[in-house]
Amino acid sequence: MITKRIIPCLDMTQGKVVKGVQFINFRDAGDPVELAKKYDEQGADELVFLDITATVDNRDILLDVIKRTAKEVTIPFTVGGGIRKKEDMQQVLRAGADKVGVNSGGVKRPELLSECAETFGSQCVVLSLDAKRVGNQWNVMINGGRTDTGISAIVWAKNAVKLGVGEILLTSIDTDGMKQGFNIELTKAVASVVNVPIIASGGAGKLEDFKDIFQQGNADAALAASLFHFGECTIKEVKNYLRDNDISVRL
Amino acid sequence: MIAIIDYGINNLDSIKNALDKLSIPAVVTCDATVINQARILVLPGVGAAATGMNNLKMLGLDKLLTSEVRNGKPLLGICLGMQLLMDWSEEGNVHCLGFVDGIVEKFTDKLKVPQIGWNQMQIIDVQSPLLTDIPDTSDFYFVHSYFCNPDDKNVIVGTTIYGQPFCSIMKQDNIVGVQFHPEKSGKIGFQLLQNIINYFLL
Repeated sequence: MITKRIIPCLDMTQGKVVKGVQFINFRDAGDPVELAKKYDEQGADELVFLDITATVDNRDILLDVIKRTAKEVTIPFTVGGGIRKKEDMQQVLRAGADKVGVNSGGVKRPELLSECAETFGSQCVVLSLDAKRVGNQWNVMINGGRTDTGISAIVWAKNAVKLGVGEILLTSIDTDGMKQGFNIELTKAVASVVNVPIIASGGAGKLEDFKDIFQQGNADAALAASLFHFGECTIKEVKNYLRDNDISVRL
Repeated sequence: MIAIIDYGINNLDSIKNALDKLSIPAVVTCDATVINQARILVLPGVGAAATGMNNLKMLGLDKLLTSEVRNGKPLLGICLGMQLLMDWSEEGNVHCLGFVDGIVEKFTDKLKVPQIGWNQMQIIDVQSPLLTDIPDTSDFYFVHSYFCNPDDKNVIVGTTIYGQPFCSIMKQDNIVGVQFHPEKSGKIGFQLLQNIINYFLL
């Protein structure tokens, strides 16, 4: 049986890991390659790196981090941030990433998703979807959560899968960094309309939150950052807890 | 020396990085002389079967691999590289290398496809030298939408269940195929990689 995945997320700027609350107020959390190694040893199932500033200057620093990480870790990792054209994705894959997250670039030009899926295969194209509650629906937010596109997150998820994405990294801006639990309602809603794996992100604060997002939110993987970076709990603790609650995990 | 076959698909370095960590000399190459001189060949791969086969043909590697394998050179196929060892793939209706009899099929639409993540390998061939120090139901990392269905069930070393059991590791004489990514499967994956190399060097 396929196991539920626990994925630490490393938000980076200028080659350093940082962590914010609802996409602002960032704190320094250390060296990305060192953290990646630590999480690999602790039993993380995958890693996600997001270049949250994603400027041209940052590109070379990011590629260097990817290359060094690829040499050090023994598990797969996804890299996202600033992917606007097929060549950006190629660079990141060549540097050693296993999967690439596409966010704003795909919303602005949806063909980017199909171009990447056709060239590199659906399995390495991850839709990075940042959603925020607006009125009675969830809207897709881009540009690091600053711009409301007015597009329904549910509709966009469905379209992106048709265009060829193989997985969705679904972040709830409303719950991000709040440590009050993942957004179960949002995750469940997206999971019910697509048949690709969903990585739920935003809001992990305690062990029960992981159980709830798997059992109630139908997520395939759960992502967390500050919880792990600041040592509030370890990956092992999360996995032991899940196993004790009859959720299949890799130990 | 191990030759990792470069046929214009991505992520060839991940297997190179893993072999580096195991201190096993390897080069990424599409050069016929290097491939000819190598002791072991590795056909890695992610992506579509049709693209993979087209690229192999364009580089003349289909013929080269065929003659090398017929001459007994060990070949390890990983993920798409395993699928290309079969006769034919449902993905793009493409004829593959045909080293192992059987076809490549797609998972049913009732499942989440691709299968992405860690899943267990059930040992079928308990005597297999490939599985030294690999406990039954060890977790390996999978990313795929298609799987191999070999005609001769005796080649199946281990299976994995995703909707149905499928062949996740196979061995036929000098050929080994793994559907998962040993190079991305933590310590257990590295152990398996070492076992495969040891088997090939015997």
